[in-house]
Amino acid sequence: MTAVESSPRAAHRLRHDQVDTRVSLSADPSQPLQLANPIVTASGCFGSGRELERFFDISGLGAVVVKSLTVEPRDGLPTPRMAETASGMLNAIGLQNPGIEQWVATELPWLHELGVPVIVSIAGKTVAEYRELAEHLRDQPGVVAIEANISCPNVEDRNVVFACRQDATRKAIQQVTSVADVPVFAKLSPDVTDIVTIAMAAVAGGATGVSLVNTLLGMAIDAESRRPKLAAVTGGLSGPAIKPVALRAVHQVHQALPDLPIIGMGGVSSVTDVVEFLLAGASAVAVGTATFANPMVSLEVTQGLPRWCAERGIATVAELRGALLW
Amino acid sequence: MSSSRGRASSVQGRANGPLRVLCEVLSYRRIGNYHSLTFVAPEMAERAKPGQFVSVGVEGDGTLLRRPFSIYAISRHGPWAGTIEIVFDVVGPGTRYLSKLAKHDAVDIVGPLGRPFPMPQQAVDCLLVGGGYGAAPLLFLAQRLQQSSLRVNIVLGAATQNRLFNIIEAKRLSAKSAFTTEDGSFGTPGRVTDVLDRMLAGGTVGVVYACGPMPMLAAVTAIARDHKIAVQVAVEEAMACGVGVCMTCVLPVRRDGRTVNLRACVEGPVFNGKKILWAQLGQPPVMQMATGDDAFAKGPVVTAVVEPRS
Repeated sequence: MTAVESSPRAAHRLRHDQVDTRVSLSADPSQPLQLANPIVTASGCFGSGRELERFFDISGLGAVVVKSLTVEPRDGLPTPRMAETASGMLNAIGLQNPGIEQWVATELPWLHELGVPVIVSIAGKTVAEYRELAEHLRDQPGVVAIEANISCPNVEDRNVVFACRQDATRKAIQQVTSVADVPVFAKLSPDVTDIVTIAMAAVAGGATGVSLVNTLLGMAIDAESRRPKLAAVTGGLSGPAIKPVALRAVHQVHQALPDLPIIGMGGVSSVTDVVEFLLAGASAVAVGTATFANPMVSLEVTQGLPRWCAERGIATVAELRGALLW
Repeated sequence: MSSSRGRASSVQGRANGPLRVLCEVLSYRRIGNYHSLTFVAPEMAERAKPGQFVSVGVEGDGTLLRRPFSIYAISRHGPWAGTIEIVFDVVGPGTRYLSKLAKHDAVDIVGPLGRPFPMPQQAVDCLLVGGGYGAAPLLFLAQRLQQSSLRVNIVLGAATQNRLFNIIEAKRLSAKSAFTTEDGSFGTPGRVTDVLDRMLAGGTVGVVYACGPMPMLAAVTAIARDHKIAVQVAVEEAMACGVGVCMTCVLPVRRDGRTVNLRACVEGPVFNGKKILWAQLGQPPVMQMATGDDAFAKGPVVTAVVEPRS
């Protein structure tokens, strides 16, 4: 055998710049959304963008998903707000943010000038607040999509999280889609019995797609002090610990709704993590908690994905979507 | 997180600001009850100032997050070009990992992070007050103050003698020094605050720099206020990212007539002690964060070194 014959893969190897990394996040021809690559940031894990721009040029990311914005400025919860757990962490920040008005005035223009597509995460306490938030984002240059964070307590329904009820999900999303002039993604909680029915409710509300998954509600206790480790007692679990749960959710929703664009996330810290989410059915993949451990990780993954594909002769990233063999 | 062994010395980052560097460990040693790690990082050493910190990648036991440590010492010259030294106490799996590193091992460092101690604008005497290994960044600062021909006095306190950090170095770097231990095993029995009035007598001290546990910083600030002296404190706050994105390490600070929830990692760890609302620590915050360029405004700022004990 010659050297070439002994390595069949080599015959199909590509250069990394030959790989087409573009992905589509909207099947709706009236509101198309294409990203240059599938790597986005998970809301709450990338600050305003300025913090990481100090480390690298963030304009090469597929999109930046900003920290959730609320109608009023929010001060957040008392400290301690974080507890490291096995292969993960709990956080209870309480949506600390400057409020959507100030964000639109000071942060959005800066991001737009960088040229990075912006997906704006919004969080409401009531159905009406979701509409109000979406109204602030109409005709805003740079905003390519809205991610409705509906893993928030609904004050009109005994603080039950919107994303835990089909009707609340549909109503909240409907309010956003009724005024939004960009695609809308519903960010769903994995803390439900059947995430497919919630995804269907989001679609019924007009969502372009879904973001899967938000953190899992968790708790950590200090045995010596007998106290919860978080001031808020409970918090959201993120990091590698939740990746299997997230992959399962993406897979289930993709199987039930194969045309629905999905932004997958949960414990992504490497190129192979990204590929796994694509195979499960995600069209784009968000890097979250991994950024806390390595501020460069989203850039590394963005650069590493086409190399991974090229080495395997995969010409388009899009062909990995839902390509799970089972 | 850092599956980076064997690739020591790759540098990521921009011309200014923090870097991520895979560094080679130059030495690991014990300093009294504490541990010290010196690693080769010329570009980072060039940028580092007293009061700033680095965050260090750790592995094993399901650890995920970096561990922040004040910079204790830097060398910009010599056969190793540029090194940074940090000091730590073994309190959990992350610091246990660090305590097992040896010369030539690779270690993943991000830094320098945070705002440094502001240097005095006038020729005043400086009083440095450290609790436990909170002394580490102050000894770095003491060197710089001495280089600026300023008179440095140092007070170090700890629960017991072997928790006092580097007594010899503190004596060498100061005109006047005092030590306190709660069990009376070394120096004056009691706490650092018990000797501050004596160290401030004479009225030549123009600024107090402090680093240590929060209650100590609050008490030192109160005494500095009584003496109408400026006080800069390096706070210890638990942090996840160290670079300003996670919003974990916030504390309430007065700024421009209102209370803002500032991040110890980027707006600190050095703060004007009189601006911190000590009584509100751990209470629900009352105002919104600063945004935009304001959040990175130049100005006074110290140490942020609490490791999750999980």
